[in-house]
Amino acid sequence: MEKKNAEIPKNWNLEELEDGRMVLNMGPSHPAMHGIVRILLTVQGERVAASDVEIGYLHRGFEKTCENMTYNQAIPYTDRLNYVSPFINNVGFSLAVEKLMGIETPPRCQYIRVIMSELSRLTDHLTCIGANAMELSAFTVYFYLINAREELYRLTDAVAGGRITPAYTRVGGLTWDLPPDFRQMTAEVFKKVRKNLDDADKMLTRNRIFYDRLHNTGHISKEDAIALSFTGPALRSTGVPLDVRKATPYLVYDRFDFDIPVGSNGDNYDRYLVRLEEMKQSMRIVEQALAQLPDGPINHPDFNVILPPKKEVYGNIEALMAHFKLTFEGVKPPKGEVYQAVEGGNGEVGFYIVSDGTGNPWRVRLRPPCFTLMGGMSKLIQGGYIADIVATFGQINMIGGELER
Amino acid sequence: MTSYLLETIKNKFPDDVLETHAFRGDETVILKKEALLKTAAFLKDELGFDFLMDLAGADYLPREPRFELVCHFYSTKHNYRLRLKCPIAGADPSVASLTPLWAGANWFEREAYDMYGLKFEGHPDLRRILMYDGFEGHPLRKDYPLKKRQPRIPHRD
Repeated sequence: MEKKNAEIPKNWNLEELEDGRMVLNMGPSHPAMHGIVRILLTVQGERVAASDVEIGYLHRGFEKTCENMTYNQAIPYTDRLNYVSPFINNVGFSLAVEKLMGIETPPRCQYIRVIMSELSRLTDHLTCIGANAMELSAFTVYFYLINAREELYRLTDAVAGGRITPAYTRVGGLTWDLPPDFRQMTAEVFKKVRKNLDDADKMLTRNRIFYDRLHNTGHISKEDAIALSFTGPALRSTGVPLDVRKATPYLVYDRFDFDIPVGSNGDNYDRYLVRLEEMKQSMRIVEQALAQLPDGPINHPDFNVILPPKKEVYGNIEALMAHFKLTFEGVKPPKGEVYQAVEGGNGEVGFYIVSDGTGNPWRVRLRPPCFTLMGGMSKLIQGGYIADIVATFGQINMIGGELER
Repeated sequence: MTSYLLETIKNKFPDDVLETHAFRGDETVILKKEALLKTAAFLKDELGFDFLMDLAGADYLPREPRFELVCHFYSTKHNYRLRLKCPIAGADPSVASLTPLWAGANWFEREAYDMYGLKFEGHPDLRRILMYDGFEGHPLRKDYPLKKRQPRIPHRD
């Protein structure tokens, strides 16, 4: 099975097959597709007859690296998974470790995690729609949406001290509390985001060109989407109302009133509409969470879980020892295994963690939502035009960091 | 502590189920690898587990059987999750492919093959996915050193 000196594919160049079809190489670096992915197309005229998607250009061994880290050291690596919605990965990983340890964080921490997750979902969808519109040559919309994203990045920067690599959560808590004027900042940012979203909505949703490029392209049926393990907007566009936040609520998502938008057609246009509506729902969640936000501590009280405050470390021997043990050995969950799913921008982000009782995880597995979507990419573009690949690829919203880990 | 679901699977396949447990609410069935395909089909057709959420390998090196195949199922009908695990011997790392039941298993199994060298029988196109052709070894195995260097690959035309 192990092939030594394996055959390198010869078809890097345009190649004509005997029956009139042609082999066309799209990528790994293609100007109309963000991210590095190679699609080997067999085309019949302008139509895609068959395709082979090749990934792995951004593989950096996230899972192997985590096996040699303590749990908290792995959190900065989770930022780099889906780098347009880093908080969701932070939260997912921390929740998985907390589930493994059987602990729960204080209510304020849970609310803040929800708020940051939803802000991340906003940046994720804004990037997706903006980049998608740009690739279909609606450049103005891209700037409108990226401007809105920038506002959100500044907001998250003010909270976590990082735009796209915040490493905000810790096992059992957070790095910092929210800044004192966070409510007001959020209200101002949301005003701008809403305005830009409305503008983009007006320019895109009923735009003839945009509609024709997205409507009925990249179509998939409900059954196929389920068989291919699709989750997130791609699944909901087919009419399956599966959202982890509603199905198996984590954190305090069951305390908010929000809707899960679903499509009916399963095409790119429905995916676009689902994302657009989800952003409005995310803002609703953030506003409710800010209204309900309780006071209190943000970290778990146990010093076997979270670093004690500096005053304690310098003040008494128990805290000093706890600090030393946590820094050098890390938190030690009991032996066992858990799977924790959170709803990411593209679908279910699942962490499967196996602990052997030491400070390093034995196995960390990330279920990347993009992975299954890209696995179904061949199905989505089959029979369509070559130009439609760009639209479909944009709505799949492939994030290399998460896809290839 | 066993639930109705775990009991059902145990009663249906009494000879194949090795162990069941529910750690932190995650219900898990450990079964012989020969029974994987029929159990998965039973889960899909009879119990309504329509989603194969995740499929991955794991390596527990000093232990024998050393590998483990871990599948996570989800049922939209019952809103329920289930984990299925199969121990796989290091000497013969082969196991039945789930691609006949879920098309989405294709890439998951390619990754498990790539990372652990598990051989999925009946898989339509088992080749590396994240690593390149010509990569030596399987990087997530515990006996693969963290900083191992790979030989250079020949220049492509």
